[in-house]
Amino acid sequence: MIDYEVLKVIWWLLVGVLLLGFAVMDGHDMGVGTLLPFVGRNDDERRVVINTVGPHWDGNQVWFITAGGAIFAAWPLVYAAAFSGFYFAMLAVLWALFFRPVGFDYRSKMPSPTWRKAWDWGIFTGSMVPALVFGVAFGNVIQGVPFHFDEIMMTYYTGSFWALFNPFALVCGVVSLSMLVAHGANYLAIRTEGPIFERVRKASLGAMSITLIGFAIGGVMVAKMPGYVITSPVEPGAALNVLAKTVTQQPGAWLANYKAMPLTMLIPAIGFIGGLISLIAIARRNGTAAFIGSVLTELGVIFTAGISIFPFVLPSSSVPNSSLTVWDCVSSHRTLGIMFWVALIMTPIIIAYTSWAYRVMRGKVTVEHIRANDRGSY
Amino acid sequence: MIEDSVVHLSRLQFAATAFYHFLFVPLTLGMSFLLAIMETVYVMTGKQVYRDMTKFWGKLFGINFALGVTTGLTMEFQFGTNWAYYSHYVGDIFGAPLAIEGLVAFFLESTMVGLFFFGWDRLSKVGHLAVTYLTAIGSNLSAVLILIANGWMQNPIGAEFNPVTMRMEMTSFFDLVFNPVAQAKFVHTISAGYVTGSAFVLGISAWYLLKGRDVEFARRSFRIAAAFGLASALSVIVLGDESGYTAAETQETKMAAMEAMWKTEPAPASLTVFGFPDEKNRTTHMEIKIPYVLGLIGTRSTDKVIPGIDELEKRIAHRIDTGVIAVKKLEELRRDPHNANLLAEFNKVKADLGYGLLLKRYSADVSQATPEMKAKAVDDAIPAVAPLFWGFRVMVGLSICFLALFVLSFYFAARNSFIHRKWLLKWAVWGIPLPWIACEMGWFVAEYGRQPWTIHGVLPTAMSTSTLSAGSLWFSLSGFVLFYTILLIAELFLMFKYARLGPSSLGTGNYHDEHNAGSTAPLKSPAAPVSAKEI
Repeated sequence: MIDYEVLKVIWWLLVGVLLLGFAVMDGHDMGVGTLLPFVGRNDDERRVVINTVGPHWDGNQVWFITAGGAIFAAWPLVYAAAFSGFYFAMLAVLWALFFRPVGFDYRSKMPSPTWRKAWDWGIFTGSMVPALVFGVAFGNVIQGVPFHFDEIMMTYYTGSFWALFNPFALVCGVVSLSMLVAHGANYLAIRTEGPIFERVRKASLGAMSITLIGFAIGGVMVAKMPGYVITSPVEPGAALNVLAKTVTQQPGAWLANYKAMPLTMLIPAIGFIGGLISLIAIARRNGTAAFIGSVLTELGVIFTAGISIFPFVLPSSSVPNSSLTVWDCVSSHRTLGIMFWVALIMTPIIIAYTSWAYRVMRGKVTVEHIRANDRGSY
Repeated sequence: MIEDSVVHLSRLQFAATAFYHFLFVPLTLGMSFLLAIMETVYVMTGKQVYRDMTKFWGKLFGINFALGVTTGLTMEFQFGTNWAYYSHYVGDIFGAPLAIEGLVAFFLESTMVGLFFFGWDRLSKVGHLAVTYLTAIGSNLSAVLILIANGWMQNPIGAEFNPVTMRMEMTSFFDLVFNPVAQAKFVHTISAGYVTGSAFVLGISAWYLLKGRDVEFARRSFRIAAAFGLASALSVIVLGDESGYTAAETQETKMAAMEAMWKTEPAPASLTVFGFPDEKNRTTHMEIKIPYVLGLIGTRSTDKVIPGIDELEKRIAHRIDTGVIAVKKLEELRRDPHNANLLAEFNKVKADLGYGLLLKRYSADVSQATPEMKAKAVDDAIPAVAPLFWGFRVMVGLSICFLALFVLSFYFAARNSFIHRKWLLKWAVWGIPLPWIACEMGWFVAEYGRQPWTIHGVLPTAMSTSTLSAGSLWFSLSGFVLFYTILLIAELFLMFKYARLGPSSLGTGNYHDEHNAGSTAPLKSPAAPVSAKEI
């Protein structure tokens, strides 16, 4: 079996990959859903927009579900502490998400304009709210979350819901939402033409600019905020009691990894370079290159957050010793090992058949296409 | 400790959200295979009507599927939001099948279902058929993995408590996957799904036949549903018996409560078919008993004794006493983790740790628990008898009712005379909701019968929740019920609308009303016209 210590780091990477998979796949659906009421000006145009993701949103949403399941299996303490702590934020995400699958599937099953408009806003809410809240949640994680464990490892959240919406978290929320909107716009640029293409092109330029500005502001704020350090010796290769370590806050600690390993600075750089690629490509009307650009931005943004706080994954601001790190929030050696092999085998298979599904459905979706397939389309 | 009101509300919320989710799951499981069968016939015979059947029943499948996906989202995250201690305590084992479900099954099902709806003109006949099968396989694989997770809650094998991390940890992945409870549950549950799908197609087809419309379409659908339904109903009952057997072996308290066995009977025990259980006086009024039957079903032998509630309570009281020692040793061990003697002492009694934790509801320090508290904990350890007794009997009664329906439907379908049996068709129409009631009852008996545990014998429900306030739970519970009800109304509205429209909703121009310009929307791209001969 692979060393426990190595598996812990691999799972940190795998969670990152799953989050990236979520941002790339479900993220473009969320971007499309957020843009829907604005880039589709009449019913036919809106149906074009919806049908670009029609065959794929369901499969893509599984990235979200699987990320949840994988965190449960690999980081059960994070699953328990974060989701119960962010209770109302999670409810907001779930309740908003309810209206997306149903919106996609039910919208065009009735001819009534009121019915269709209502579901359009359902799709918008189900796309925009999660995209925003995920960023806000990450923003809070980076600053530390007020939670602690008692001696039997029961978790207590002592913050309020409104405290989640602090300036840094809002910057992260804006970055996350605008990044997914730009990504969704780039996807629509590949799959649409005519007036819709012109509108999404502008949306992509605007949203990606906001993303890059927000990412830069966020970076400056991270450099100034206090980070966390483990001050007691840790044995990464052992099964650990979370409460056995000591943690303190330290200014500048979130930059320590970049100083120790300058190569990691490539990651935020990829975020900016990807954004520039996206901007230039979309300006030149090349949707595919722009899409690759926004994928790189997502990679840069997500891993920048992860590397900045490594080895922490959920620092506690109220009782720092309760902080969760990659060394002590994990499942047992056996479970991590089994889940690693499952993920290693299944992920390429999933990517293969998903790519095939996109290949089958490739090409521009047009108003004529929708009119010709009135009953078979969303 | 967590307040009782928070525990009750958390349970109510989980029950409500699972109840809604389970309205949609059985139909997805059953319909996905029915669609695959219909499309197979289409590919083999080339008859257009089977393609129309696949598409039309697929439309109804899709309306149901959307809400299955929606309500399923909650299930994946609710363990974390509302059952945080549970998630920590058993996530090492329970999280694995959930994550594997996403990777192995749900990705496949969800990716393929998109192509099922949108791929008709883009895939070859065989290619599309493969997509339909993969959707069905994906949804059924999903059920396997969820029931492996659930089976482990009922019969937690292949795991061990680790005092350092303060949780259960997996010792054998093989035991988890090949848990006999999970295997029996899986086949029982998917068969119940197949019955639900068959009853749905059978009932709606019967309605068309009663109305005398779309007769060819309905006749063929009816036949397929009758055959598939008969096989599934038989399987549901046989595998239900298997579930009963595994429950008797692994969850004696559930079995005793379900059968209202107040006192241990000499083997083989008799089966109470009917009666009125009286919790207070520990007796069942007006009972009708069949000798030997329960002993035979529950133990597959004539000499093994099934313990009654009286006997079980004695055993539980003893385990609680040992459990108190285990809790104390664990507390000491947490303060002094490297003490090998202490660890050895703890290991001797750790099998009863969960029983010690049952007292936490009454006393934070379990060694201070009074005899009254212990008596209460013993009482808690037997689930309430009447709801289980009735829930189980309603489920069995309904399954006999639809077994009879499928036997008769199949018989008259084979003799090709069902169209004229109005009573049978009416029975099929009014019988549509019955499998749903049976499915919900079966789920209720399985989960309510697990109380007072979330993980049987390991973790009490009263300790499993998140440390939320009762107010937060009232808010979330109301929100879930409100949103789910709105969505359920929209679903039922569309379901009834499209079931009434029938295959004419496909716009092929060959069905009810479409010939005499009754159709509301003009035809955009009619498929190749089908002559009567071809049908």
